[in-house]
Amino acid sequence: MIIQVPPTVPVVPEQLDPSAVPLAVPEIVWSAVAPALVLMIGGILLLTVVSLVRKPLPSWFHATWTVATATAAICATVPLWQRVQDNGASSEMAGTVGLDGFSLFVTGVICVSVILAALLLEGYLRREDLVGPEWYVLMLLSASGGVVMASANDLIVLFLGLEILSVAVYVLAAMHSRRTSSQEAGLKYFVLGAFSSAFLLYGIALTYGATGSTNLAGIQTFLADNVLVDNGLLLAGLAFMLVGFGFKVAAVPFHMWAPDVYQGAPTPVSAYMAAGVKAAGFAGLLRVFVTTFGPTYREEWMPMVAALAVLSLVVGSVMAIIQTNVKRMLAYSSISHAGFILLGVAAASDAGTSAALFYLLVYTFMVAGSFGVVTLIGRKGDGRHSLEDYRGLSRARPGLALVFTVFLLAQSGIPLTGGFLAKFYVIGAIVDEGLYALAAVAMLTAVISAFLYLRVIVAMYFAGPAGAEEGSEEPAEFAGPPVRIPAAAGLALGLALVGTLALGIVPGPATEVTRDATAELTVGN
Amino acid sequence: MRVEMFTFLLAGLICLGGALGVVLFRNTVHNALSLVATLFGVAVLFIAQEAYFLAAVQVIVYAGAIVILFLFVIMLLGVDRADQMGVDPIVGQRTAAVVFGVAILGLSLVALLSGPEVVTGTPATTAALSSDIPDVNQIGEALFTDYVFAFEITAVLLTIAVVGAVVLARRSDGPVIDEDEFDGTALDALALEEPSDVGDPDQDTADGADPGSGADETDPDDLEEASR
Repeated sequence: MIIQVPPTVPVVPEQLDPSAVPLAVPEIVWSAVAPALVLMIGGILLLTVVSLVRKPLPSWFHATWTVATATAAICATVPLWQRVQDNGASSEMAGTVGLDGFSLFVTGVICVSVILAALLLEGYLRREDLVGPEWYVLMLLSASGGVVMASANDLIVLFLGLEILSVAVYVLAAMHSRRTSSQEAGLKYFVLGAFSSAFLLYGIALTYGATGSTNLAGIQTFLADNVLVDNGLLLAGLAFMLVGFGFKVAAVPFHMWAPDVYQGAPTPVSAYMAAGVKAAGFAGLLRVFVTTFGPTYREEWMPMVAALAVLSLVVGSVMAIIQTNVKRMLAYSSISHAGFILLGVAAASDAGTSAALFYLLVYTFMVAGSFGVVTLIGRKGDGRHSLEDYRGLSRARPGLALVFTVFLLAQSGIPLTGGFLAKFYVIGAIVDEGLYALAAVAMLTAVISAFLYLRVIVAMYFAGPAGAEEGSEEPAEFAGPPVRIPAAAGLALGLALVGTLALGIVPGPATEVTRDATAELTVGN
Repeated sequence: MRVEMFTFLLAGLICLGGALGVVLFRNTVHNALSLVATLFGVAVLFIAQEAYFLAAVQVIVYAGAIVILFLFVIMLLGVDRADQMGVDPIVGQRTAAVVFGVAILGLSLVALLSGPEVVTGTPATTAALSSDIPDVNQIGEALFTDYVFAFEITAVLLTIAVVGAVVLARRSDGPVIDEDEFDGTALDALALEEPSDVGDPDQDTADGADPGSGADETDPDDLEEASR
């Protein structure tokens, strides 16, 4: 081989091929990425403002800014939603950003999780004597990554969105500098997350080799027009991508990081991880697997996703029962919820996608509320998370105990809460596809996991004091310092409660929106 | 053809040898230097594919900057620091790692060699590399047309990296408050020299993007100065 020396003379355009057409720069439609832009600019402006102002700003300012930015991002989705409903989906930025109902809906879900987590974070930071707007900046930028990921129409953009989302959360998990377990959580999440990103990237590379494109619409068209004689490369790519997404949504057997990280991370960050990060991860999974590979390769990936779903359901609910730390218990329960959402993915139908989206919305409210209560019960030091610490809560804080009961019952799927309908829709979508065995497993594990939620409720309401003999009628004393509820956290709990109940009692509007939130891949203009 | 094969084999050997060195050497500095060999081999492979720009970037950014950063972190942590490589936290994890590694290698090989036409041969979305246009121009064109959005949002990733590094390198303002949540055996296994660090020292060297986790043990004043 002769190594050609690249031309050292600066190449002037005229010296190139004279027939070369001028560079076709794609049209930049700013409005198409408006929600992500709002979040990015909001985060960076917050960082700039707090660095320029000499006096430290009050902590409510950061939280208010964050909530306002996330609200603005939600508002930005409304006209886009109208446009998509009227004119259909489109794809912008040289076909790398998909503008469809699906991406806009997930954007909304991520923004809701940011709002709830930011409200929880405000009181948390004051309680823990932690300062700094960086928490909010990182959360906003992370959410922008999630939005990019949900609207990605190209595997490279999807990967970048995932990294923006994840890297910020690695830092957030480690940001409680005085808690060793927070540092541990951050490092564990970082190492395993980087590992899973490598898997995803490898899968993307193999898929690119097999289809000649990283563009999802391009891949879909290629597979529709061509039949691959040897599809080993594509199948390996699919498998590796599934591993990468499985890590991000904490599906068994790629869940090993989740309990440690959820337990060690600052509790409002756990809330954001369980709600926002999971929603973005599932958005990527649905977009790549259901929308892109759904029409052509469903038979190949469906068994893999179904296996992940069954394992997540079983392992998540069984392991959750034997936990004594409530945060860890919620982590395992979030694995089991991931199993339910994976059922919606495995259905690989429009109904399945809508059910998964509805589940994500409801789950955001439920889990943010649950972790919100856990944040408050943790008290100063964020360390009181064992089941013992919940004994007698119904006496010390009857309102808080009642709210937590609602969130736990909703997670177990009691009717009149959003949790019931979420599970109902997912199982309905699975049954429509004739996958009765999966539906049976789902219902069985729903019963098992109901037991774990009842365990917490029993500890709050009925359990005697620690150390008393069985069956003692002595009322439980709530141990430790009193629980304080900051105004912002109270607002977050109220919002989460309203969301959880409203979606259960008046599900109509949300159901219609999720039905309209279809993912479409369109070739860019 | 023969020259190309020779180049490929030589570069491949350098890559593999470097990769083995990264894993097998006991001394962390030797690990980092082995990484240079791997990255250099990849750069040679890029040149063999006539991707000169990528090769240059590979040498300048990866072999030049990133490995130097690794070495900085290793030196700051202390080269003579004893690594606890003898004890496995989980029984049999090395065996399991070897088994899974071989399994993934086997899967990749099967996928790559499963047929004569696994790589479809359809032209990539970027133009063919062997055309008359220099590859710098082609990369520039791709970055500002098809991948302009990906190119731009990388800025957000870099912002997060800067903010995160500064935040994590900041001195912890107060004592550790959750030592009671770890039982004795866990603390012994981690062998905390300073209570502010949990991470295994050998893991810290591997994460270039996360200097804060390793930085807790160095003098915080130095890092604060460096971060300004």
